[in-house]
Amino acid sequence: MFSRREFLQAAVATSAILGTAGMGSWRALAAGQRLMSEADLLKFPSLGNVSLVHLTDIHAQLKPIYFREPSINVGVGEAKGLPPHVTGADFLKLYNIKPGSPDAYALSSEDYIALASNYGRMGGIDRIATVLNSIRAERGDKVLFLDGGDTWQGSYTSFKTKAADMVEVMNSLKPDAMTSHWEFTYGIDRVKEIVDDLPFAFLGGNIFDSEWEEPAFESTRMFEAGGVKVAVIGQAFPYLPVANPRWMFPKLSFGIREEQVQKNVDAARADGAGLVVLLSHNGFDVDRKMAGRVSGIDVILTGHTHDALPEPVIVGKTLLIASGSHGKFLSRVDLNVQDGAVKGYRYKLIPIFSDVITPHKETGALVDKVRAPYEKDLATVLGKTNSLLYRRGNFNGTFDDLICDALLAEREADISLSPGFRWGTTVLPDQDITVELLHNATSMTYPQAYRSKMTGKLVHDILEDVADNLFNPDPYYQQGGDMVRVGGMGYRIDVGKPIGSRITDMTLLKSGEKVDPEKTYVVAGWASVNEGAEGPPIWDVVSNYLTRKKTISVEPNTSVIVEGV
Amino acid sequence: MHMTRRQALGLGAGAAALIVAGPVLTPAIAAGPTADEALKAFTGGAEAKAAKVTLSTPEIAENGNTVPVSFSVESPMTSDNHVTEVMLLADGNPRPGVATFRFSDMSGEASASTRIRLAKTQNIVAVAKMSDGSFYMDKKLVKVTIGGCGG
Repeated sequence: MFSRREFLQAAVATSAILGTAGMGSWRALAAGQRLMSEADLLKFPSLGNVSLVHLTDIHAQLKPIYFREPSINVGVGEAKGLPPHVTGADFLKLYNIKPGSPDAYALSSEDYIALASNYGRMGGIDRIATVLNSIRAERGDKVLFLDGGDTWQGSYTSFKTKAADMVEVMNSLKPDAMTSHWEFTYGIDRVKEIVDDLPFAFLGGNIFDSEWEEPAFESTRMFEAGGVKVAVIGQAFPYLPVANPRWMFPKLSFGIREEQVQKNVDAARADGAGLVVLLSHNGFDVDRKMAGRVSGIDVILTGHTHDALPEPVIVGKTLLIASGSHGKFLSRVDLNVQDGAVKGYRYKLIPIFSDVITPHKETGALVDKVRAPYEKDLATVLGKTNSLLYRRGNFNGTFDDLICDALLAEREADISLSPGFRWGTTVLPDQDITVELLHNATSMTYPQAYRSKMTGKLVHDILEDVADNLFNPDPYYQQGGDMVRVGGMGYRIDVGKPIGSRITDMTLLKSGEKVDPEKTYVVAGWASVNEGAEGPPIWDVVSNYLTRKKTISVEPNTSVIVEGV
Repeated sequence: MHMTRRQALGLGAGAAALIVAGPVLTPAIAAGPTADEALKAFTGGAEAKAAKVTLSTPEIAENGNTVPVSFSVESPMTSDNHVTEVMLLADGNPRPGVATFRFSDMSGEASASTRIRLAKTQNIVAVAKMSDGSFYMDKKLVKVTIGGCGG
């Protein structure tokens, strides 16, 4: 069977042993590592009669970007120590990836700064179009192109155009179906307006009318691919009304609805499906649990938790595919389906190295067209960073530290909170922070930076609540996302403890004082899910801070002590 | 987006039949007994086996003020073998008793849906009493959160 190892061999031989320090790798890189060619990236000995092409969680990134994968991603319960909860050097070891190689750069946080300088940006929808077209040229009617959602939100232009930019560009790529999450944060009216004109299926078998408890969107679309009846069942993010503002889509109910998924799978099989695919925005651990409890799903195309895994995870007879985020990867799964059963498969997580994949001309021109009215804004420089700004990681990221610092300073608060989103691109040291890059980390329809008074107890309750969304040992009680990021305050967290006792030692960093449950503190934050939150948009807060500071440098955050891992 | 409200209304005839022949909703048990006490009073101390009852709840409540809860009980619903009552309890509410649904062999099936208010994260329990005096149950944890940051 073809493996990722084979295409790695196409890369120029690397020096034997690399240190973990940035400089060590830098020298090794200079010694001769370089990106594989486009032909090598696309090499894939085809198999069987169906090709699934999966793109997910692009978060409106039309242009190539930097995106550092997490260095900490703790798994709990049955997922402890299993992919995707393996990071850094352990990840490289697990998948036998050479440190310092292009794959190490794409898939891990190791030596990120040095490798980013060497291998360049990843993604870009015009590069994705090239890869997609090449698969279509080779496989013709065997191909289904499926979008896992979180497509419409995450950039300045998607915010300004209410997703019109993404819809126009994605339509040009002719997906066969998509599912959703952040799409709904444009409000139900905008979603309906777009979906009514969408030339492909918008699927969500777990989206129900909250009043009548009946399906509100199409659950399943049956396709014919390579002579096989393929049922694609959509699963939207289950906790939209909890994790995002419910008032924006007040008449919809979501949820995991495992029994409903089973019903839809059974109905698809009864309808003659030879292959059943769940196009999911559940998050990886939820999908892994679901694969073990719902029978009859051949492939789950996972999303939401932004994991990129170079090999499928297999549960029973179900393949779980994790295709990363922000356009860094496109997944191709070839399947040999005979007599209603999968007889063989081949998989490749195709890294979209923007420096070697030829941009598709028409798609590139379309991207330039939708961005043209905003180019001047996008390029406006707000400041400069001397240190790496990234977001991913369970507890903190330097981009959120910057946001928290800005909230503390601009809103004169004791404590600041920034939600543990997993979207947002990376900024390299010595890079200018432009409006575009700031919006990549903050763009949303409920950006108000609130300032309110909270008791120490309430702050503790919030931290406990969010920690349980992440570390509840039962994945069905997890919401994805990471821990809320905190400025002005340190704390200790024992991830193995139950809700209510994970968070201790909450300490104000300014004074070293313990946070008093009875005392009231000024707390600044943003992205409240409550209706009527007041304050300037977060990008104005950070923008003002940057304009004042001109150059920033965010030191590694050591104020969260993690235990029980 | 396809609308199915009218389809549901079209099915109204079937639903009405179920309501007429089916469960009779009785008021919640008056404040006082805990969930354990209410359960004991209902079963007379007999053991309720974890079988036959399927309780369906969201894992995390979207809105704690109105949480959809439904149950169904496996039973032939014949005159000598049917479900007579199903009691719903919310063990973390100030008044744990939610409702008791009565059924007969005329009910056709022992299932019902309702909405309940949950003060905090807690277990929902459905206990079914069968015509032979045996008891079955199912239990689900429903989490009520104060605010999320998913994404």
